[in-house]
Amino acid sequence: MYDRGKVIAGLVIFSIIFLFPFLYNHGSASPQPKPSLDTPAIKALSQKKCVEDKQFMITTHMQFLNDWRDQALRDGNRWYVNKEGKKVWISLQNTCLKCHSNKKEFCDKCHNYAAVDPYCWDCHYDPNGSKL
Amino acid sequence: MIAQRIIFPLGVVLGIVVLGLVAGSVPALHGLFSVGLIYVAFAVFFFGFIAKVVNWAKSPVPFRIPTTAGQEFSLPWIKWSKIDNPSTTGGVILRMFFEVCLFRSLFRNMRTDLRSGWLIHSPTKWLWLLALGFHYSFLIIAIRHLRLFVQPVPGFVELLDKVDGMFQIGIPPIYLTDILILLCVTGLLLRRLFLPKVRFISLAADYFPLFLILGIVISGLLMRFVFRVDITAVKALANGIASFHPVVPEGIGAIFFVHVALVCTLIAYFPFSKLMHMGGVFMSPTRNLANTTRMAYHENPWRKPPKFHSYEEYEDMYRDYMKEAGLPLERE
Repeated sequence: MYDRGKVIAGLVIFSIIFLFPFLYNHGSASPQPKPSLDTPAIKALSQKKCVEDKQFMITTHMQFLNDWRDQALRDGNRWYVNKEGKKVWISLQNTCLKCHSNKKEFCDKCHNYAAVDPYCWDCHYDPNGSKL
Repeated sequence: MIAQRIIFPLGVVLGIVVLGLVAGSVPALHGLFSVGLIYVAFAVFFFGFIAKVVNWAKSPVPFRIPTTAGQEFSLPWIKWSKIDNPSTTGGVILRMFFEVCLFRSLFRNMRTDLRSGWLIHSPTKWLWLLALGFHYSFLIIAIRHLRLFVQPVPGFVELLDKVDGMFQIGIPPIYLTDILILLCVTGLLLRRLFLPKVRFISLAADYFPLFLILGIVISGLLMRFVFRVDITAVKALANGIASFHPVVPEGIGAIFFVHVALVCTLIAYFPFSKLMHMGGVFMSPTRNLANTTRMAYHENPWRKPPKFHSYEEYEDMYRDYMKEAGLPLERE
């Protein structure tokens, strides 16, 4: 091999960059978080169901909430009819956070895990939390 | 020609998409087509890359190649192009910097055409612009994906994520690099498809990576904006791979497996393809050697010391015959 020193130095840099995730984690896995549904309002529900079904809420709640915002604030339409035909009052504070009153244990758990920083809280505040 | 060079690689990419969709809809195949495939592809990429570079490093480069675009160092009144034709290590480092980070070779791209009987050479920057946009977008996207592999997520990844999505268009926010890479890859593909001279020299190996990357970008965008998947499940999977505790969470949509199948194909194909210019750019003799052809002694690396045959040895060999013939001898 010619220029052994330079080539090996280059390959070492390549290896460190490529193996960075493996070196950084050094073998300790972070399991998928379970957002807590343990709030008084949810406990009091007879049928534990969100506005739409669970899988939809898990994967698509951000787009859904964005639509809610546009409907409520831009179109002035505060009523949402879900897939079952039930009418729901569009409000983050008074509908979503009424049941999910545990932002730290619910919202933040997954958002922190996936390094997502939603801008909900630029305008809204968590009535049960400390952040204004 | 079109069938071999364009339809065939497109068909292969579409086949991989179908394979991903099938694997995604059969839960029994989820482990194999996520964790299994990713480990295999990573290993092929990593060891293949190193093997290729070592193989290149074993090839001797006997001559400095001074065919670089610039006046070499010569006489004091001839203007020396210090960066394009350096004779010092510092100059080489600068030239490599401009090549690797700013794609100087592409910047110097010229077009030549016949305009009303005149042969005109004119600069054209489209290739350079598209290539630069494409490569940097790809780099930023790759770094952004780290947020799925590592925990806690390092600050620079979060910062990059914020800057990339700074216009806050929609939720989840559209990344600028996503738009840029889509435009640039499409542009680079159209270039091959519609410029006659480029189409003439384009082979299946040129179209395949383009179709593959376009497929990766489109499947990624669809996953982010249309067919949403549970991102925490995806992170658990990716983080499991990067910490050697693989898990296969339930309920990840088929689109994820399409994306992974395409990415793994790209990664595993990497060391055997033109994509190896990622390592190769550092090894190109026209860029990484100082032009010292005249000021330093360069020995041909495969030069063996010549075998001499001295007169003494000659005499030793033929002494008896020479004596017999009465020839004069230096030694009896």
